[in-house]
Amino acid sequence: MKENPVLEVSNLKTYFYLENNFVARAVDGVDFTIHQGETLAIVGESGSGKSITSLSIMQLINKPGKIVDGTICLEGDNLLTKSSKQMTKIRGNDIAMIFQEPMTALNPVYTIGSQIVETIRKHKNLSKHAARERVIELLNLVGFPRAKEVMNEYPHQLSGGMRQRAMIAMAISCDPKLLIADEPSTALDVTIQAQILDLLMEMKERLNMSILLVTHDLGVVAEYADRVLVMYGGQIVEETTVEAIFEETKHPYTIGLLESLPSLEKEVKRLGAIKGSVPPAYLFPKGCRFADRCPHVMDQCRESNPELLSIAPTHKARCYLYELGGGHSHDNRAKTTAEQKI
Amino acid sequence: MTIEQKQLQNKKSEQEQNNETIMQASHIKKYFPIKGGIFKHTIGHVKAVDDVSLSIKKGETLGLVGESGSGKSTLGRVLLRLLEPTEGEVIFEGKDISHLNNRKLRAYRKHMQIVFQDPFASLNSKMSVGELIEEPLLVQTSVSKPERKQMSVELLEKVGLRANDRAKYPHEFSGGQRQRISIARALALNPKFIICDEPVSALDVSIQAQVLNLMADLQEEYHLTYLFIAHDLSVVKHISDRVAVMYLGRIAELAPKEQLYQNPLHPYTKALLSSVPSTNVREKREKIKLSGDLPSPANPPSGCVFRTRCPMAHDRCISEIPALSEMEKGHFVACHLYE
Repeated sequence: MKENPVLEVSNLKTYFYLENNFVARAVDGVDFTIHQGETLAIVGESGSGKSITSLSIMQLINKPGKIVDGTICLEGDNLLTKSSKQMTKIRGNDIAMIFQEPMTALNPVYTIGSQIVETIRKHKNLSKHAARERVIELLNLVGFPRAKEVMNEYPHQLSGGMRQRAMIAMAISCDPKLLIADEPSTALDVTIQAQILDLLMEMKERLNMSILLVTHDLGVVAEYADRVLVMYGGQIVEETTVEAIFEETKHPYTIGLLESLPSLEKEVKRLGAIKGSVPPAYLFPKGCRFADRCPHVMDQCRESNPELLSIAPTHKARCYLYELGGGHSHDNRAKTTAEQKI
Repeated sequence: MTIEQKQLQNKKSEQEQNNETIMQASHIKKYFPIKGGIFKHTIGHVKAVDDVSLSIKKGETLGLVGESGSGKSTLGRVLLRLLEPTEGEVIFEGKDISHLNNRKLRAYRKHMQIVFQDPFASLNSKMSVGELIEEPLLVQTSVSKPERKQMSVELLEKVGLRANDRAKYPHEFSGGQRQRISIARALALNPKFIICDEPVSALDVSIQAQVLNLMADLQEEYHLTYLFIAHDLSVVKHISDRVAVMYLGRIAELAPKEQLYQNPLHPYTKALLSSVPSTNVREKREKIKLSGDLPSPANPPSGCVFRTRCPMAHDRCISEIPALSEMEKGHFVACHLYE
């Protein structure tokens, strides 16, 4: 692993202040690092805080939400101390973002060309003509065979996959160091999804970017990520390499998630569903946030929330099962009991 | 008669029952007119479903997969007669229902139900859960009010909700719970055939698994027949007995699930299966990449509709529409490569 951190997030807390003095702790103490050229995936279900984490990095959190604590350092520079004017310069230039639904992310009343030209001219000192040339080059790069015509077309004239390509062209237009892709392929059909994700990875190699891939799809994680963060209830519950997340799964939530996934390779009679559903962010229990749904819940879990523990050099999990046993000898404890249950 | 013989006989009669066809569709076409010009003339047709034939056996789950725009939902609605087919016949339990009027259809409606994708849009937000579940009983049967209440409580418990949820409104429930309400509502009239149109695609994986398990349990208990429409190939594989793959209004391949997933024949099925991201991090499958997008169903390619994206296309594919033909028992494919 190249030890060259691009983004370091530590103790990030983003809370939403709701009516009746409810506080939704959407992101609650998240730490992670993305290295240069790395693809880090954040997986989780809806309400886990994965999207709010990525929006917090871009500082796109609006009222009633607020980043209440933590630091977000881009190459050592804390973004949370920047003014909104300085942030505007960073967004799109150093950090770019791709959203799930390209139809809502693109402006319907401007042509594709003019929207990308606007982005480039905002950040780079280029003439209109030079910017247009650059856009044609970018559109070719992301796989538009008729780039010149697409320049003058509106978003509604393109298909979903093509719009997402246009979004990628816009995102990479200023050579960002970090690209945040928030569910980039979820709205697309499988055959198109593969095209878009392959394109994203090709661009990553070519421009030496880092990618923060936010997704709910574990298959996408397995194929494209280097490292994985599993989020639940606004916190990271497991963090490790992509191989270890599937082969040496530790946290009961991750195990449950993998078992609820129907697979093309193996046949199961019944899926191992996790009982219950994600608690709302303003009603987290005081102990472990997964306690109510966990098949291995102990008294201790209801008392206090476990820390994110290192159980191997590249493996962390937030679970008391691994604290008690003291690590390696009980590595597969959760997994074997889960298997017995089935 | 010994117990064993009895069991054998039961098994036999079960098998016989299994072979009974509940729904037969032959040469279904559904064209939607495109209106244009100042007098709103019909200037073309969107060929949403174009010459589809299939049969569904009693008690089985037929999976229907395809990308958006492939016509899978339209086909489902034609089978339920929510839409009238432009051509072709829909035969439900031996009776042609393809052109019945609404009044005559009502007798069949209670045997056929549908569960929609979006549980936020398909439940009336102004009706309580009890009212929602009792509504079909009110319309179709003459069950008294206390009985209806009793039945709705039973149905709620069946789908894993509580009796006191009757008084609540849909917005008080999460996505997975709402889908349970939709299922309870569909079950109210004790139907024989349920179309599930992307019932779990809006749900998170852990909730999706709960709903899929529930649907499998209910199928066993009530001897239901499902047509399961979805775009997620792994979900379809999990729940189905047979699977049909649709592309641009036509069936490309139809086979028992083991055959379809282990030995896909149609180039489209192969590409589709290879594009599903796998959670196996050690062995990467070879991906067959398809270029381009689905063509417009208003102007489908001549000959084989898949030829514009097919890596194996040849001259014959341009001029001739491939027929759906049986390659081995129960395995149908529409491709010139196998003729």
